Amino acid sequence: MARQVFGGGARLVAALGLLVAVAAGCGGEGRPGGVSPSGGRLGLPARGVALTGAGATFPYPLYSRWFEEYSRLVPGADINYQSIGSGGGIKQITEGTVDFGASDAPLSDEQLAKAPDLVHIPTVAGAEAIVYNLPEVKERLKFTPAVIAGIYLGKIKSWDDPALREANPGVALPARPITVVHRSDGSGTTYIFTHYLSKASPEWKEKVGFGTSVNWPVGLGGKGNEGVAGVVRQTPGSIGYVELAYAVQNRMTYGLVRNRAGKFVEPTLRGTTAAMASVAGSMPEDLRATFTDAPGEDAYPIAGFTYILLHREQRDKEKAETLVNFLWWAVHDGQAYAEELLYAPLAPEVVKRVEEKLLAITYRGTPVLERKG
Amino acid sequence: MGLEAGLRLLRRRKGRGPESVFRAGLSLSGFLPLLILLGIVAVLWRASGPARGAFGLRFFWGRVWDPVHEVFGALPFVYGTIVTSVLAVLFGVPVALGSALFVVEIAPRRVRSLLTPVLDLLAGVPSVVYGLWGMFYLVPFLSSRVEPLLRRAFGFSPLFSCTGAQFNYLAGGVILSVMILPTVASICREVFLAVPTELKEGAMALGATRWDVVRMVTFPVARGGVIGAIFLGLARALGETMAVTMVVGNRPEISACLFAPGYTAAAALANEFTEAAGDVHLASLVYLALALMFVTFLVNLIARLLVWKVTGGEERGLR
Repeated sequence: MARQVFGGGARLVAALGLLVAVAAGCGGEGRPGGVSPSGGRLGLPARGVALTGAGATFPYPLYSRWFEEYSRLVPGADINYQSIGSGGGIKQITEGTVDFGASDAPLSDEQLAKAPDLVHIPTVAGAEAIVYNLPEVKERLKFTPAVIAGIYLGKIKSWDDPALREANPGVALPARPITVVHRSDGSGTTYIFTHYLSKASPEWKEKVGFGTSVNWPVGLGGKGNEGVAGVVRQTPGSIGYVELAYAVQNRMTYGLVRNRAGKFVEPTLRGTTAAMASVAGSMPEDLRATFTDAPGEDAYPIAGFTYILLHREQRDKEKAETLVNFLWWAVHDGQAYAEELLYAPLAPEVVKRVEEKLLAITYRGTPVLERKG
Repeated sequence: MGLEAGLRLLRRRKGRGPESVFRAGLSLSGFLPLLILLGIVAVLWRASGPARGAFGLRFFWGRVWDPVHEVFGALPFVYGTIVTSVLAVLFGVPVALGSALFVVEIAPRRVRSLLTPVLDLLAGVPSVVYGLWGMFYLVPFLSSRVEPLLRRAFGFSPLFSCTGAQFNYLAGGVILSVMILPTVASICREVFLAVPTELKEGAMALGATRWDVVRMVTFPVARGGVIGAIFLGLARALGETMAVTMVVGNRPEISACLFAPGYTAAAALANEFTEAAGDVHLASLVYLALALMFVTFLVNLIARLLVWKVTGGEERGLR
């Protein structure tokens, strides 16, 4: 899930330029204020320690920023990350060929059975926007869960369907056929979106289910956010889902979604953090949590965590210390970098749960981090 | 007499010195592609084990691809691969032949020296660039200009009568035809250039026109090479990934209509491989790769049989 910005006239040129920019791993300039080493937690490695990680592409811009900042704070901490996709990340950490993995979706029971000592560390969260291309309509459209599920099940076929009209009183909806667009590549974005649909519609849950790729009842596939965006742009009457950051950066039209509390909310980082906070108390012990369709007035319902995966019992003392200290920094001070790159920072309630997990990481049975106080 | 004696001497010395190193090197290079191919097939065979166990040969005519419920069938992908590749050859080869003939037979020297590097450059354009161009230019152009014409002219045929989508088999076929064009054209050009000038001049001396020369001399002489060029183009079309996935619609369904969205095997592999989580899903993708190799093999075999028939069993490549 690369993030690229292109829009307007010279789209091709812009797209190419940004492909290069993304390949170079640039995030965005400007330092957020108030970031300083948190007292005493930063273990300084005596000599250079090189960590390797692999996995999800979605958090890559933020992670590369983190590694850069952290290596400045802790000289010698050299972290390499290959954004090869969540599937590859899970495979590599399971086989132990990397020091940490990263995934946009929590491991399934089947996957966890192969490496039962893997720990999930939520690092940030992302929201997804419902984008559409309806040249006739100037107002922001509102979507109910039933409408989104109906559209993606192929039951709502036209933009002037009664269900859509009911959700958007006063909007002159055209009698255009709806073209459904989804991701063709397996992705965490699809996982979160289908997870949401499974909550929104029992029929979806039974017929399609959720996963990083599913058997879509209708629609066209686009490869990556840019693929979905491209198809939506080229097809009047189309609807799709993309990462919020992507929709915002490319000034795409996106709708409001009705949350569990009955309020129509815009996809925002605030709404995402609010949704996360509302489920923090009920997160399972292993933190394999989702927070689609979360309760709470301001909660945006289509959002989810991205995770770093590491082994509970570490094999190399120095690597373990560097990794755990880095993660501690990432979920505290590192969060300050999230918003400018359009990721939702962790809610304080979630950080508490993550702290417990980090304190439980061991080397030869003894915790790597000392519990303070 | 002296020459023969020398050759005999050489033959006796065979198996020693630089000569043997040379022979061994060549043999190794000669067999290496075969070894690589066998290696790939072996790896694919092993890695596809769980899927072969679960679906067996049913995989090849299964129409459902459902990663959640772990039901996998390859038919829509195989079908889409064949349809788009055949379209690519249908659209691309005539233009490629025309371009090569133009350069060789008609174009003045200066035009030739301009067109030749352009074609070679076109062959080196990365496929993602073709894909972007396809998405932002070709797809809107086809759907607003070309498809209405086709509908009006051939709307009676199921090939051109469905509602479909902008991203479809036709767009996939057209972009592939553009991509195979430089490959086929470049090889054909070289092959046509290799036709002995004396033959052409002889025909002209007997009163043949340009068209007669092309029809009766250039083509028959170059036939083998042209067919080889088409094979290479076809192979590229069958295996192309990035550009196709950006325009074909990525919908694993089978439709006779060219305006319907489809999917190809190579595109599905590229799309799903990185995030394939379950064992059966991953194995099924590998099985799909195996199916793609099998299809490629089959298409090549059929094409070769056709050639063999056309040339009366004496296809020997160039000359």
